[in-house]
Amino acid sequence: MVAVNLWSGLRALADGQEVVEVEGETVGQLLDALVAAYPGLAPAMERGVSISVDGQIIPKNRGAKVNADSEVFILQRLYAG
Amino acid sequence: MALDSDTQKFKYIGTRPDRPDGLDKVTGRARFGADFSMPGMLHGAILRSPHAHAKILKIDATKALALNGVKAVVTRADFPTGLTGEDWNIQENVMAGEKALYDGHAVAAVAATSQLIARDALKLIEVEYEVLRHVTDVDEAMADDAPVIREGAADYSVPEGMHPNIVRYMESGRGDLEAGFAAADLVLEQSYKTEAAHQGYIEPHACVGQLGADGKGELWCCTQGHWFVRQMCTAVLGLEATQLRVTPSEIGGGFGGKTTVFIDPVALALSRKANRPVKIVMSRSEVLRASGPTSSASMDIKMGMTRDGKITAASGTFRMQGGAFPGAPVDVTTMLAFANYDIADVHHIGFDVMTNRPKQAAYRAPGAPMGAFAVESMLDELCRQLRLDPIDTRLKNAVKEGTRATFGPKFPPVGLIETLEAAKAHPQYNTPLGPNQGRGVASGYWMNWGGETSASVAIGEDGTVQVSIGTPDIGGSRASMALMAAEAFGVPYDNVRVNIADTGTLGINEPTHGSRATFASGLATVEAAKEAIGKLCKRAADKWGIDAEAVTWEDGFAKPSGPNAGEFPPLSIAEIAAEMGSTGGPISGHFESSPDGFGGSFGTHIVDLEVDPETGRSTILRYLVVQDAGKAIHPAYVEGQFQGGAVQGIGWALNEEYIYGADGRLQNPIFLDYRVPVASDLPMIDTIIVEVPNPGHPYGVRGVGETGITPPLPAVANAVRDAIGVRMTQLPLTPPRVLAAIKGRG
Repeated sequence: MVAVNLWSGLRALADGQEVVEVEGETVGQLLDALVAAYPGLAPAMERGVSISVDGQIIPKNRGAKVNADSEVFILQRLYAG
Repeated sequence: MALDSDTQKFKYIGTRPDRPDGLDKVTGRARFGADFSMPGMLHGAILRSPHAHAKILKIDATKALALNGVKAVVTRADFPTGLTGEDWNIQENVMAGEKALYDGHAVAAVAATSQLIARDALKLIEVEYEVLRHVTDVDEAMADDAPVIREGAADYSVPEGMHPNIVRYMESGRGDLEAGFAAADLVLEQSYKTEAAHQGYIEPHACVGQLGADGKGELWCCTQGHWFVRQMCTAVLGLEATQLRVTPSEIGGGFGGKTTVFIDPVALALSRKANRPVKIVMSRSEVLRASGPTSSASMDIKMGMTRDGKITAASGTFRMQGGAFPGAPVDVTTMLAFANYDIADVHHIGFDVMTNRPKQAAYRAPGAPMGAFAVESMLDELCRQLRLDPIDTRLKNAVKEGTRATFGPKFPPVGLIETLEAAKAHPQYNTPLGPNQGRGVASGYWMNWGGETSASVAIGEDGTVQVSIGTPDIGGSRASMALMAAEAFGVPYDNVRVNIADTGTLGINEPTHGSRATFASGLATVEAAKEAIGKLCKRAADKWGIDAEAVTWEDGFAKPSGPNAGEFPPLSIAEIAAEMGSTGGPISGHFESSPDGFGGSFGTHIVDLEVDPETGRSTILRYLVVQDAGKAIHPAYVEGQFQGGAVQGIGWALNEEYIYGADGRLQNPIFLDYRVPVASDLPMIDTIIVEVPNPGHPYGVRGVGETGITPPLPAVANAVRDAIGVRMTQLPLTPPRVLAAIKGRG
C-alpha cells in the first residue's frame, strides 16, 4: 500500500481524509486505485492532476514507478508557461 | 537520464560561441511569420466586436461578398459543432458563436485578393448586436449582481452558491494557522492587486494556411509550439491530426503567448472555403485586444513572524480573472506563492473567475509573479517593521534540499540559499543611496517543466552532425543544442547544425514553454547522440573485427578499449561517416520521452531606483539578477534570459496594464499607450549565474526562462517603498499613482 497525500480541496471528495492508502506500483495504477476507492475523485482526476513522488513532480507520466515507502502527493494540475 | 557525473569537465558546454541564426537575423534573411507567401495566396482580415458583451443577433455578409476581389467570408457557421471542454473554448475564442464576450472578439472573417480589399470588406459586413451588461474587474465579477458571462462553465470544484463567473475553486495547505499566527510577534494582513499585462512580443501573430476539401492542409506560422497548433487547429476544424502539417517560422518573441492559436484556424477555414492559401497578420491593436494577455489578480495575504525573523504562519486568498473563459493560472499562484520559504502552517485559497476580457494565455511563469508581488511585498514590510535585514531574513526561512514545500512534497536539490548569499555579497547591496532613492530585494521560483519531447541526430557523410528538434528557438536554444551535441560527440560546435523540424518530421513535441527547451530537447539531443555514438562504435568494431563493447568513444574518435581489444589506430567520426553507406547505411540516433527530472530554479533580485518627487516617475539605477541555472550551457543566453525576465517584470511593475473604459473597451491597444520598457529606459541588468546541478539532466541543466520575471514586481515595489516611505499595494506603480501616494503621505 502507498500513502497518498491529498490537497485540501480533494479531501472533501475522499471522505475528508488527508492521506489515503491505495495499491499501485506506478503513478497510473495509484490514480486508478484512488478513483476506484473514492469515486467522488473522478471529476478531479479527469480534469487532470499532477503527482509528486519522492519530491519529483510528475505532470503526466502514468508509468512512473512508485515504491511502497514513496512519499506521494496529489497536486493541482500543473502546466508550462 | 540522470546527471552523468557531478564532477564533469566540459570542452564546449559553458563557452559562448556565436548563435547559428545570428547572421540571418542581423542581415534580414531570417523568415518570420509574415514573410511567408504562396502563389495565388489571399489575404485574410477579421471583423471584431466593438462591444465587451453582446448577443450576436444577425450577421449579413452579402455586401462584402459582392465586393470585387472578395473570395470568402466565414463565421462560426463555418466551423464544426459538438466540441467540448478546452477545444470548445478555443473554437469559441477564435470565432464567436451566440455572444461576443469581449472587446475585440472575432465575429467574422474575409479572404480577398489584397489586404486593403479584405479590410474594406469588413466594413460591409452587417452585424446586429444586443448589447449586454459587462464586467472586466475580477472582484466585481464575483459580486452577486455581476452579469453572468456564461452559465454552466464552473467545474466540480466550485461550491454551490458561488457566482457563476467563478469557474474553479481550490484550497490547499497544512498545519494549524491559528497556532502559527499566535506564535508570531508581528502579524500583518494586506490586500494587493495586479493588472493584466501582455507578453509584448515584437512580432505579431502571422500565418499562411492552406486547406483543401480533402481535409489535408499545411500551415506556416510563428508559434512556440507547432504540435500544439496542429492539435488545436484540427480540433477546432474537425480534421485528422496528421493531415495538417505545421511548419514554424522564426519567432519574434512569445513568452508563453504563442502557445495557443488565435488566427490560424480562421486562415485555414477561409482557405477551405476559398480553395486558395490565406495569409493573416494581426495588427498591434489586434494583438493587444484579441490575443492572450495574462490574468489580473486581487489577493489577500496574512503572515506572521517572530521578532528574530522566523515566519510562523502564512495564508493567502488569490482571485484571478482569465477573461471570458476558464483558465486563469491561479492554481500555480496558490502553489508557488509561499514556495520560497519553510513554513509549517500555511493555507491557500484560489478563485478562477471569468470576465469580459480576452482569453488569457500563458505569460512567463504564469501565475507566479502576482503571488510573489503580494507575498514578497509583505515579507519586506515585516522586515521593515521588525528592523530586520531582508536578505538575512530570507536566508533564515529559505527552502533547501529536504525542506517540505508549502505545496506538499520535499524539495530536491535547489539553489535559493546560494542566490541569496551571492546577492548579499554583491557590491550593489551596500552601495550608498541618495535622496529619493530606494533599494528593493525579492526572491522568486519557477518549477519548470519536462513535456513530450522527440529529437533526432543524423551523421553527415563528412562527419558533421545534424540535430532535429521540435522546440522553436526563441532565446538561443539552437546554440545550446549544438553545444550539447558537440560535447556528446566530441566535435567542434561549428560542425553541428540544429534544425527546427516540422510536425511531419518528428514525434510530438510540446512547445518551447515552461522553461523546458534547453532541459528537455537538450536531454533528448544528448540521449539521441548517445544512440548514434553506439552505432559509430559498432561500425568501428566491425572494421576492427572486435566486439562493440571493446570500443569506446572519446573526443570525436572511436578507440579500442580494454585488455583484449587489440591495437588499432583511432577512427574519427569523419572516417566512419565516409564509409557508412557501405558499412550498414546511414547513422542516426533518436530519443523520445516525457522527462520528469526537471529541476526548479530560484532567483533573487536587487533593484535600486530613484523616484522623482515632482512627477512620481521611477528610474531604475541599478539592477542585479542572481539565479540558479543548474549548469549554464551557453552562459550568454542564460544571462539574456535573466535580463529579459527582469525587464519584462520591471515593465509590469512600473507601467504596463490593460486599461478598460466604462464601456468595457480597451483604452490602450497600441505600444504608445501600452508602455513597455525600452533599452533607453534601463541600465544594463547585472547578472550572476549560480550553478546547483539538476540531478535529472545529464549535464545538470535547469530551465532558466521564467523565474526571472517573478521577483521584479515585488523588488521594484519594495524599492519604491524604500524611496518614498509609502507601501503601495496595487500595480503598476505609474507616475500618477506614485505621486498620489507621495502627496497622501501626510
